Amino acid sequence: MTTMTTDVLGAPVRRVEDPRFITGHGRYLDDIKLPAMTHMAILRSPYAHAKIRSIDTSAAKAAPGVVAVFTGADIAYNPLPMAWPAGGASGIQNNVNTPRALATDDVKWTGEGVAAVVAETAAQAQDALELIDVDWEPLPAVTDAEKAIADGAPQLHENAPNNRVFDWQVGDKEATDAAFANAAVTVHQRLVNHRLIPNPMEVRGDIGWYNPGTDEYTIWMSSQTPHIQRLLLAAFVMGVPEQKIRCISPDVGGAFGSKIFCYADMALVLHASKAIGGRPVKWVEERRESYGSTIHGRDHITYVDVAATKDGMVKGLRVKTLANLGGRLSTIGPGIPTTLYGRILSGPYKIPAVHCEVTGVYTNTTFVDAYRGAGRPEATYVVERAMDLVADELGIDPAEVRRRNFLPPDSFPYDNPSGLLTAVNGSKLYIDSGNYEPAMDKALAMAGYADIAAKKAEAKSRGKLLGVGLSTYIEVCGVAPSKWIGAVGEGWGAAMWESSNIKVHLTGKVVVTMGTQPQGQGHETTYAQIISHELGIPMEDIVVQHSDTQGTPFGYGSYGSRTSNVGTGAALKAAAKIREKARRYAAHMLEANVEDIEVEGAEYRVKGSPDKKKTIQEIAFALDLAFDTPEGMEPYLDETAYHDTPNCTFPFGTHVAFVEIDQETGNVELVRYVAVDDVGKKINPMIVDGQLHGGIAQGIGQALWEEAVYGDDGQLLSGSLLDYALPRAEWLPSFELDETVTPSPVNPLGVKGVGEAGCIASTAAVANAVIDALSPLGIRHLDMPFTAQKVWGAIQAASGGSGSAKGGEA
Amino acid sequence: MAELHIALEVNGEQREADVEPRTLLVSMLREDLELTGTHVGCDTSQCGACTVLVDGHAVKSCTMLAVQAEHTAVTTIEGLGQPGSLHPLQQAFWDKHGLQCGFCTPGMIMAAADLMAHNPEPTDTEIRHAIAGNICRCTGYHNIVAAVREAASVMREGAAAPATNA
Ligand code: FES
Ligand code: FES
Repeated sequence: MTTMTTDVLGAPVRRVEDPRFITGHGRYLDDIKLPAMTHMAILRSPYAHAKIRSIDTSAAKAAPGVVAVFTGADIAYNPLPMAWPAGGASGIQNNVNTPRALATDDVKWTGEGVAAVVAETAAQAQDALELIDVDWEPLPAVTDAEKAIADGAPQLHENAPNNRVFDWQVGDKEATDAAFANAAVTVHQRLVNHRLIPNPMEVRGDIGWYNPGTDEYTIWMSSQTPHIQRLLLAAFVMGVPEQKIRCISPDVGGAFGSKIFCYADMALVLHASKAIGGRPVKWVEERRESYGSTIHGRDHITYVDVAATKDGMVKGLRVKTLANLGGRLSTIGPGIPTTLYGRILSGPYKIPAVHCEVTGVYTNTTFVDAYRGAGRPEATYVVERAMDLVADELGIDPAEVRRRNFLPPDSFPYDNPSGLLTAVNGSKLYIDSGNYEPAMDKALAMAGYADIAAKKAEAKSRGKLLGVGLSTYIEVCGVAPSKWIGAVGEGWGAAMWESSNIKVHLTGKVVVTMGTQPQGQGHETTYAQIISHELGIPMEDIVVQHSDTQGTPFGYGSYGSRTSNVGTGAALKAAAKIREKARRYAAHMLEANVEDIEVEGAEYRVKGSPDKKKTIQEIAFALDLAFDTPEGMEPYLDETAYHDTPNCTFPFGTHVAFVEIDQETGNVELVRYVAVDDVGKKINPMIVDGQLHGGIAQGIGQALWEEAVYGDDGQLLSGSLLDYALPRAEWLPSFELDETVTPSPVNPLGVKGVGEAGCIASTAAVANAVIDALSPLGIRHLDMPFTAQKVWGAIQAASGGSGSAKGGEA
Repeated sequence: MAELHIALEVNGEQREADVEPRTLLVSMLREDLELTGTHVGCDTSQCGACTVLVDGHAVKSCTMLAVQAEHTAVTTIEGLGQPGSLHPLQQAFWDKHGLQCGFCTPGMIMAAADLMAHNPEPTDTEIRHAIAGNICRCTGYHNIVAAVREAASVMREGAAAPATNA
C-alpha cells in the first residue's frame, strides 16, 4: 500500500485557523486574563504642542482601586529607537527624535502619553486619570508639512532646524534635467497623498508581567514583530539582557503595518509591572485613543513633473515630496517615503531619467510609518496619475500611453534608473520578472474597455458621469537581501532573513515553528500546505506555530508582503534538510547507499527494489528513538534553516475602476472593479484572492472616503470611527478578479507575495476614474478623497457655479 | 459603585451576574461570563464587532447596558454553533474564506443571522445592507457576501428537504 498524500500545494484549501475564529475561540490580546492582573490607562496630551510645567498625581494615587501612578520622570528607560534611517550613498543626516515611555518635558501631538494609572479594574484606572493635574504651557502648533518648513513656523525640535528630519534624493539629476530641457511636452502637477489611519479592527494592546523570582519580563503584545520587539526593548529601550524578555503575540486582529513598531506602551507595561512588584499590567487602547497612540500612514505633498515626446513616450520624471512624519519618529518612519517610495517611482515603465527628492518633516501630528503598501501606493499614485496627465495632455488613450511605456518582457532582470534599489558597494536589487502587457490586455478585455464611449453615453442618459480609471502597478515584496541592507544602511539597520524549524516527532506528526507572524493571512494553512507537499505528510498531521520568542527561531516578522518570498524560503530549506537526513537514515535502515535512496512524497525507496522502502513516519519513529543510529548521526528529525532572499519580488497587474458621479450631488459610486494581478505562482489561490479583495477595498477607501484631518491647532478632527470613514459593505461592489502567472525566479516556489498589491493598485485606479468622469467638465486633477462635497464643489466651480472645491489645483 | 444582580438567558443557559449600573452588555459577556468571542472594536458604536442576538434581534452589545438585558435571551457566537456542530453561517464563512484576522467575524455572523431570520433569500444588495453596520478591515466584504449568500442557500435547502435523521 502506498502512503501517497494528496498534494495540497496550490490548492484552495480551507484555512486551519478558521474553526477557532468562527466559533468565538480566537485568543486576542484583550481576551487574556492573568492571575492578579491589573489594568492601565494612559493620560494623553490634549494639546498638539505644549510644555509640561508640572504634573500632580496625588489625587489619582488616592483614588479607589489605584495601585500606582507613573509619569515620565519615574521611568529611566531610553527613548524608543529609530531603526530605519533614510539611508543612501551620501550618508544622510536624520535628525532623530523619538517618543519615550511617557513624555517628560513637552508633547508634540494631541494624544502623546504623559502619565499612566494602574488600578484593579480598567474603569478605576480610567476614572483616576481625570484626577491628574497637569500644568501645561501651550505652544503654537503646525500640522501641515509645507507650512512646517516655511520661515517662521513653530519649531518642534532643537536638532531639526525648520522641522526637517532629512533631505534625501535618489536618481540622476543631470540626466533628468537634460530630459526636461529636450522635452517636446511637459506636464506638472501638485499631488496630495493624504493622511490615513490604519484601523485594524482589533486595536493594539499589551500585557506586561515582571517575575521578581527570575528577574524576567514577559509581554503579550498585539504585534507583527515579537522577535524584533524583544531585541529593541532589551537592547535599546530598557537596557536589560535580551534573554530576560519574552514576547508573545496572540491572535492578531489585523494590523496593516500599524503593529510592526516599538511603542511607548510596551515599555510602560513592563516598567509598571516591575514597579508594582510583579502583578501583570494590561493596557488596551480605545479606538479614539488609538488615533494618537498608533501610527498613521501616507501624508505626502508631491510636485511631479513629466517630460515626454509628442507620442507619449515618457523621457523624464522629476518628483519632489514632502513627507509628514509627525511629532516624533516612529520605528521605521524615515524608511517609508525614501527606500520604499523614491526608488520605485518609475513603476513598470521604461523611463530613462528619474530624479526624486524627499524631505522628511516634523509636524504636531501623530507619528507616521508603514501603512499597507508603505511608500509603494504613494509611488504608484504619482506615476499612475502622471501617465494619465500625459495622456490627457496629448489626447492619447491612457491605456495606449501605458502600453508604449511598459518595459518589454525581455527587460528582466531590470535595474531601474531611479537608482531603483541600487546601493553603494555594487550591491544591487533588480526587478525580477514581468510581462505587463498581457495583464493589461486581459483586464481591458474583462472591462469591455473598447466600448467605453458607449457606456459613458448610456450613463449620461441617466444623468451620470461615468469614469474609467487604470492603474498598472508594480509592487515590491520581501525587502530585502541582508547584503543589500548592510550596504545601504536601510532596512532595520540589520539583516532581513527568515527562519524555520521543523520537527517530525516520534508519532510522525510535525511541528513547524516560524519566525514570521501572521495577522490574518492564514500562515498556519499555507506553511502547512508547503510542508505537506515537501515531506508527503498529510496537512492534518502538521501544526504551524509562531508568535512566541520562546520556542520559535528568531525572525523579522510579517510586513511588506515578505512572508511568501522570504518566510517560505526558510520553510523549504528546513524541509530539504529534513528530507536529506531522513534519506541518510533510510539508507541505514534499508542497508543501502544514500545515493540509491529515492524519495517520492513520504516514501524513501531503494532504486530498483521498490519493495525496500520506509515512510518518513517510520524513519522519524526510529531516528527519534535512536536505538540504532549510524556513526556521526544525531538523533531526531529536527532541522532549522535560515533563508536570505537573493532579491525582492515584483508582482504587477492592471486594475480598472468604474465610477459614476451624480452631477447634482457630487456623489461618487464605485460601480465596477476589475483586477488582473500577477503574483507569480500561488500557494493557496483562495487566500491570495482574499488578500487582493481586502487590499483593493483599503485602497478604494483612501480614494473615496478615508482621511485623517487636523485642525490648524493640531486637534484631530477625524478623531473617532464616527468621523473617520472606513469602507462599508454597502459602498462597495463585489470585485472581478483574474490573473496572469509569471513565476518569480527569485524563489523555488515561483511565488511573489500579495499582501499589499491590491492596496497599491486600487487608489490610483479609482482616482483616475474619478478624474476621467470629471474631465468633460475641464477638470484635470482633484485631490483625494473624492467626497461628495468636494466633487460637487469641483463640478460647481468648473461649470461656473458658486460652489468652491477645496481640492488640488486644476 | 453599588452592583446590581441580574439574571438572563445566555446561549440557552440561565446565567446571573453582579454588575455596576454602567456596565455594558459586552463587558458583562466578556468579563463576567467569559464569553470572549464577542469583541470590542470601537467606542462609538460604529464597528459591529460586538453584535449579539438579544431575543433574536441583532444588537450592538456595546450600546446596551447589562442591566437592560435582564430577563432577555442572548445568543453569542459561542451559542450559535461549535466545532462539529457549526451553524450554516459559520460553515459558509469557513468554506468561502469569509474571514481573515477573524476579529470582525463573530459580530458579522450574528448580524447575518438576524438577516437570515427574516429574509431567507437575500440579494447581494440586501446582504450588504444588512451588514453595513459591521466593519471588516480585512476582506473587502467580497467573500463575506459570498458566504452569507451560500449560507442562505444551504439553509433554504435544509428547510425544504425532509429531515433525514431524527
Ligand atoms: S464595539 Fe464597535 S459597535 Fe460595539
Ligand atoms: S476578518 Fe479581519 S476585520 Fe474582518
